[in-house]
Order: sequence, then structure tokens, then C-alpha cells
Amino acid sequence: MLELILFSSLNGVLYGMLLFMMAGGLTLIFSMMGVLNFAHASFYMLGAYFGFEIAKHLGFWIGLFVAPLLVGLVGALIERFGLRQVHKHGHVAELLFTFGLAFVIEEVVQMIWGKLPVDYRVPEALDFVAFTMFGTTYPAYKVFMLSIAIGMFIALLWVLTKTRVGLIIQASLSHPHMVAMLGHNVPRIFMLVFGGGSVLAGLAGVIAGPALVTQPSMAALLGPILFVVVVLGGLGSLTGAFAASLLIGLVQTFAVAINVSLSDVFAFMPFNPQVGTVLGDLWSVTVAQVAPVIPYLLLILILIFRPTGLMGNRET
Amino acid sequence: MKRYAIWPLAALVLLALPFVFDSGTSLTKMSLMCIMAVFALSYNMLLGQTGMLSFGHAVYYGLAGFMSIHALQILAGPSASMPLIVVPIVGAVTGLLFALIFGWVSTKRAGTAFAMISLGLGELVAASSLIMRSFFGGEEGVSADRSKLAAWLGLDFGAQIHVYYLIAAWTFFAVLAMFAITQTPFGRMANAVRENPERAEFIGYSTQMIRFISFCLSGTFAGIAGALAAINFEIMNALSVSGAQSGAVLLMTYIGGVGHFLGPILGAMLITALQISLSDYTGAWMLYFGLMFILVVMYLPGGLAGLIMAHEPVVRAGHLQRLIPAYLLAAVPAIICLSGAVAIVELAHHALVKAATEGPQMSVIGIEFSSKAPIPWLVAIGLFVTGLLLSRMTWPRVRDAWSEVHLLMKQS
Amino acid sequence: MTATIDQPQQSPTAEKASSALQLRDVRKQFGQTEIIRGVDLEVQTGKRHALIGPNGAGKSTLFHLISGRIALSSGDIAVLGQSIVGKRPFEINRLGLSRSFQVTNIFPRLTVFENIRCSVLWQMGHRYAFWYGVSKLKAVTERCEQVMDQINLSQRKDTAAGVLTYAEQRALEIGLAIAADPKIIILDEPTAGMSRSETAYAVDLIRKVSEGKTLFMVEHDMSVVFGLADRISVLVYGQVIASDTPERIRGNQAVREAYLGQAEEHTA
Repeated sequence: MLELILFSSLNGVLYGMLLFMMAGGLTLIFSMMGVLNFAHASFYMLGAYFGFEIAKHLGFWIGLFVAPLLVGLVGALIERFGLRQVHKHGHVAELLFTFGLAFVIEEVVQMIWGKLPVDYRVPEALDFVAFTMFGTTYPAYKVFMLSIAIGMFIALLWVLTKTRVGLIIQASLSHPHMVAMLGHNVPRIFMLVFGGGSVLAGLAGVIAGPALVTQPSMAALLGPILFVVVVLGGLGSLTGAFAASLLIGLVQTFAVAINVSLSDVFAFMPFNPQVGTVLGDLWSVTVAQVAPVIPYLLLILILIFRPTGLMGNRET
Repeated sequence: MKRYAIWPLAALVLLALPFVFDSGTSLTKMSLMCIMAVFALSYNMLLGQTGMLSFGHAVYYGLAGFMSIHALQILAGPSASMPLIVVPIVGAVTGLLFALIFGWVSTKRAGTAFAMISLGLGELVAASSLIMRSFFGGEEGVSADRSKLAAWLGLDFGAQIHVYYLIAAWTFFAVLAMFAITQTPFGRMANAVRENPERAEFIGYSTQMIRFISFCLSGTFAGIAGALAAINFEIMNALSVSGAQSGAVLLMTYIGGVGHFLGPILGAMLITALQISLSDYTGAWMLYFGLMFILVVMYLPGGLAGLIMAHEPVVRAGHLQRLIPAYLLAAVPAIICLSGAVAIVELAHHALVKAATEGPQMSVIGIEFSSKAPIPWLVAIGLFVTGLLLSRMTWPRVRDAWSEVHLLMKQS
Repeated sequence: MTATIDQPQQSPTAEKASSALQLRDVRKQFGQTEIIRGVDLEVQTGKRHALIGPNGAGKSTLFHLISGRIALSSGDIAVLGQSIVGKRPFEINRLGLSRSFQVTNIFPRLTVFENIRCSVLWQMGHRYAFWYGVSKLKAVTERCEQVMDQINLSQRKDTAAGVLTYAEQRALEIGLAIAADPKIIILDEPTAGMSRSETAYAVDLIRKVSEGKTLFMVEHDMSVVFGLADRISVLVYGQVIASDTPERIRGNQAVREAYLGQAEEHTA
């Protein structure tokens, strides 16, 4: 039992940090530009695939540095030549643009690399056991992922609080219009934030690819969860996004490990709904099976009861 | 009076179509177009009429479809009482019921929050389709046999032609009803809420109530579409409540044009036709859809209907001929650019996907070449770039022609 | 400084009947800043009451509080005897209070006719009906044509409101406020940005449509204020410093210091 809690916590925190790598950028973009970037998870996917391709020819470590930068370049170009054009048509058009973009990126990835998962492997240097506890091993690669994620978090914090650009970005989080009126080159800041967010998402993809499966549907699977995190954390709040990422990461990891259903809990009761009916289905479903759905329940509840999210200061 | 004539005309066209296109595939295609037209119109009640962007509209379509397919199962057999023609009512009621429940929750918020709630709800229902196997039938879905229901006027509706007429009739009345609703006090206020939700509150209307009613009506008609789909395909699977289905109806409606009543019908017909026929010619048809959607979002936010209707005042003023020379001139580089783009996509698709199984050779209009050789690529890219550059030169001509026409219309 | 309300004492019920709008110690703060700092004001039924004051005094904020756009921090506002605290804008509108906006707030892609029509639908009893058409409703169409005539926009009835000229949009703003025949009309700077002739027309229009109704308006144009108003209240830094007849306001020392100025050219 303790082993379950320990490893689930570790994995939960890891998953949460990965989510934050993406949700952080997404929160910044959403808060500053009002655009909910449907294609953000697609940048994550591109990071994984670029990493895989570069690793094939030049090795994992070069991929680790180059792939996120490539993704950032793609993001900046998309902002400059696509999003900026759509901006004048309003928020709905921007949303639809990123929606279409996510769709197209998935199709292109499928075309280039195929529909099946690709063999993006953990590099040999990291392919060992970090430690063993209660008889279960914990891979070094996951420790590596965790350290990269934490490193990124510290770097982001430093940029935002200690640099001039960071201060402007922080201001734009809660008062974007004011920042523009103060004379800062807001379009350039937008491009920077969009590109920067893409870099972070790409980095998450490069390191997550070998651990999770690298396949064309990885963006579509992760995308909605990202929105849940951003909304849960609240607009204009990076700390909120951080808290929400960890929360969702832990909740999902723990839920998946719990194979209990209502029928298990109420086994002592004489009444047993029939298999093959709707009630029977609900009665026998395990928490693990429901795990993918929990974030969406949270999303709906938050939007109804607390639309500013956990820590936000503006309503969605 | 001329405006009213469009309805009997449409009815006539629907009646006459099977005589012109009488093959089995054409009938299926037309049936599907009708179903999608109803679905897209129901979606536009939200987006185009009331200004509500939903990413989970397939929920009402799919759930109604599943309810209908179960109804078909139940109504089949010798003790059957209700004929097939009333099954869409099951769909309508199901759609309404779920819209009442989910709508009450969703319409508490507006704008992006509403869109996110709809996304969450859509994902919830889609995920639950794997859990509730008894209702959703798991991977294989649920199937039924529509010809087993009680006969109506001697028809058992097993044949596609009979089903087509059933679908066409329901489509006609659904479209008529949806149009009629736009002309009611509620319909007018829905437009007002879309334009300025805040001001609508100051003239006595609860914006939330308007949105809620819109949501319920929209769900009802989506339910009818779902029921018709169940009748047509005799099978329902989890795809019909999926995010992909919600995305599809959004695509259709937006490309067709959200600003005009006919827009979603156009979009539904176009996308359905392309979906069926394009997939015969190219494996990259989904990519084309996505690119088309992005282009419409970027450059043609009014959709096809918007483009067509922008010409209506010009045609009425008799100035269309002034635009035609500019259009013809601009069309040439546009076609070159388009061919280049299609060539690039097809070459890429062939080199990456097909070459693995078929080898690198491909042929276009009888000419054989390798999709991995540099020359075809250079030709394709050359066409695309040349077309793009020339388009930039001819496009001002179109703009000038329009300015000229605007000036003429202002003077008259 | 508290308000000086020149009111003879009346019994509560009689007081209710004669006051269309009553504000009692209304306060509003945004964060730490208190914008409305204890306003007592009464607009009597059937009177034309103007609210003047320097920029930033809180006049528009007061309007938003009365019409329900923002919530009070404390205090009470009664419309036709009923407290409107916590009520949504549409609930207040249904009581019989209708407003115009300082920044034009119309339905841009709807035509002038449709704009007006939407604003009469509720009051004429059509609610959320989606089972009968609106173009057959003769009473509605007649009312709309009447209003468009009054605001001089009949020629432009099929034009999209978003492409009207600024003055035409201001006229439409007024039209939206008066179309449903409300008991209380509140207008937020109705003549803002208008030329002299347009202003004269607007004043005439406002006088005509407020006949027999209660009018409460914010204005900067003193000629309009002194020409139309039966009573004037002066709002400075979120408090009413005077509430009186136009002549006495003009002569009020505190008002002159705070707003009107000592020079004589501000006479109507």
C-alpha cells in the first residue's frame, strides 16, 4: 500500500510537472492574447517527433536542444503569419484557427511518420534503474524528466521575475491593454510569448516522447486535459497553473491505480444490478476506468461554480 | 411573394432528385447530405444565430441516434405498433431532454467559458461511451433492422429509395421549422443577443434564458438528425458522440457560412460530397479539409454563403459584368497556385505514405514519374510559388473592380 | 458634505407615490477606491431631473448602479417604490426603467428597424415566443415606425446600425431607450458629440417623449440642462452637493466653485 502511494505520488508529480511545462505556456498565451491555443498540445507532439527524428541521426542529446528550438520557430512563424492575420476577425476566429491548425498538424504528422507509434527510445546513458523501493524499480529516465521539468520551472521563474521582458509579460498577464498603451511593442511580445510557449511545449514533448508513446494521437489525447489545467488554475495566474497541473497529475495517477468500483464497495448489499444494463455498467465501472473523465468533471464544475479558477483574478 | 416560392421549389427538387441521380450510391449520398444539413443548421442556431460556439454538439446528435437505434430494436417484430416515420420524434425528444439538462448547466456561462464547458461535456459523453457498454454497444456499436418495423402504406423502408424520401421529408420540415423560428420574436432576440448580449438585458430580456432556449431548440433538431442517421445507417457507434463528429459539424457550418441561413446547408452538401468522392481520388482528403477550413477562417470568415451573398446587391444593381474581367484575370494565377499546392500535397502523400507499399512511381494524366525524384517536386513548388506571386499582382485588380462597383452603386 | 434635499416632509406612502427613483446612502467602491460616497437623491414622478458634475464625479457609475449594470456596495435604490438591489438589468427594465448609454451600445449588424423592434418586443408581451412570426405583428410594426419617425431615422430603417453616422447612432440610442414606452427614462449624455442643430433636435425629441414620464439624465451641455430640467442635482467626487431648481443651482456658491465656474457665459 505504501509502495503504491509512494510511486503514484512520484509519478503523479512527474505527470503534473509535464503538464505544467505545457500549461504554463498555454496560460501565458491565453492570459495575454486571449487566444485559447488548441494547437498547443500539437507543439508538444511536434517536439516529440522532431526529437525522435533528430535522435535518429544525431543522437538524443542534440535532439534535446535543437527540437524545442525548432518547435519554437514553428510557433513564432504561425503567430506572425497566421494568428496575427486572424486577430482582426475576433476571438472566435482565433479559436477556430488554432482548432484547424491542430487538425492540420495531426494530419501532416500522420502523413510523414505514419499512424503507428514510432520507436523513440530512452537514450542508453539514461537507461538504468535509479533506485529500488519495496521491490519495485524506478527508472533513471523519469528522474531525468523530473529534473528537466524542475529546471525549466526555475528558469521560467527567473525570467519572469528578474528580467525586464519578464516583468512586461507579468504585467500583460493581468492588464494586457495597459501594457500596450505604455508603449511596449506588444506584437513582438506576443510573438515572443507564443514562440516561448511553443518551446516549452516542445521540450515537454522531447523528454516525454521516449517515456510515453509517441504517436499522432498524442496531441488529441492531451489537449483537453491542458484546457482543464488552465481553466482550473485560473486566468492570469502561473502559480494557479502550477497548482492545477500538480493536482490533475496526482488525481489522475492515483485514480488509474485504484481498481475499485461501486460494486466492490457495496458488495455486502444484497442488491446487484444486472450486467448488460446501464445501471449495471455504472455499478461495475472501476475508478481506474473513470480516471480519464475526472478532469472534465472538474472542468465543468469549476466553470460553473468558480469561473476564475483556483487562483485566477480574471474570469474566463 | 418571390421569397416564399423557394420552399415549394425546394420540395420539388427533393422529390425529383432520385429521378436524375438514381444509383444506390447517389441515393446514399443525398440522404447523408440531408442529414448533415439538418445537423449543421441545428448547430448554426447556436453559432450563427445566437453567437454561441460549442465544441460538443455531437452529444445531442449521437445520443439521439443511439436512443433511436434502441427504439428501432424495440419497435421491430410482429407486435410492432409504430411505423418508421415517427422514429425521428424519438430523436427529437432525446435531443431536447439532454439539451435541457446540459444546457441549463452550460448557459450559465458565455463565450470561451461556454465553449470549454461544451468541450468538457463532449469529452465526458464520449468517454462514457466506453463505460456504458449496454447503451453504446462498445466497439461494434448498436445495430438494428429498420425493415422490421410495422409497415406504413405497405412500405417496409428496406430500400434506400424509400428511406431517402423519408429522410428528405423530415429534412424539409425540419429546415422549414428552423427557418420559421428565425422569424419569431425569440429568433430576433437571439440575433440581438449575438450582436450585443449586454444591451439585450437592458431592453428587458434575460440573455441566459435566450441562450438556454436556443440551446434546447438546437439540441432538438440535432436529435432529429441523429435519428435520421440511425435510420439511414442502421448502426450507431461511439464515433457519433465523439469530438471528431463535433469538429466535423463545426467545420461544415463555418465553411458554408454562419451568417446566412443557407450557409450550413451549403457547407453540409459540399463537405459531404467531398468526403465521399475525394476519398476516392486522394488519401490526403482530411488534410485538404483542414487546410480549407484554415483558409476560410483566415480569409473568408463569412464562408461560402457570405461570399455568394456579397454579390447579391451587385447582381441586383446589374453591375456583375464589371467584376467578371477582374475575376477571370485573378482566377488564372489562383488556379496555378492551387494546382501547385495540390501537387505538393499529393507528391508528399505519395512519397511518404504510398511509396512504402506501391513504390515511388505515380502517374498523373498518363505521365509517369517518381514521387521521390527532384523534378516533379521542383515543378510543384514552382507552380505554387509562381501562382502565389502572380496572385499578389492580380488581386489589386479585383479590389479595384469592387471599389468601382461600390462607387457606382452609391451613386445610383 | 451631505446632500441638501429640498423636500417638504411627506408621509411614506405619499412619498413612494411621488418619487419614481429614490437613492438612499448609495455607496460604490472598486477595490479600495470609493467612487460613490453616500448619495441621497430623489427623482419625482413626472419630473425632468438632470445630473451634472465634473468629469470623474461618478455620474455614469451612478447610472450603472440604477440600471443594474453594476452592484451597489451598500445603500438602497428604489425604482417606482421597489428596491432594485441585487436585481439584474432585465428585471429593472421590466419594472419600467429604460436607459441609453454614453458610449453607443446598439446592435451593429441588425437594421435600425430591427434594433427598435427588439426593444419593444418584451413590453408588448411577446416574451420568448418561438411559435409565431414577428413580421405579421401589426402593433409592433406600427410602434416601430412611430419611434423611427420620432428619432428621424425612417429613411434609414433598413440600414445596418453599425454603418450609421455618429449622430444617427446617438439618435438610435435614444430610440432604444424610449421605444418600449417606459415609465422612467434615464439618458446618459444623450447629446454627446452632437452639433448645435442636432442637439436642438435631440432636446426637442427628449422633451416630447418625456411628456408625462419621468426623465433622469446626465448632461454636460448646460444649455440642454437648463433648457429641459425641472430639477438639477450636482455630483462632485461621488457625493451630491446640491439638489434644487435650476435657478437656485445656478446661484449656488458651492456649485459654482466646484463646477459651473464664476463666469457668466454658462447661462442658457
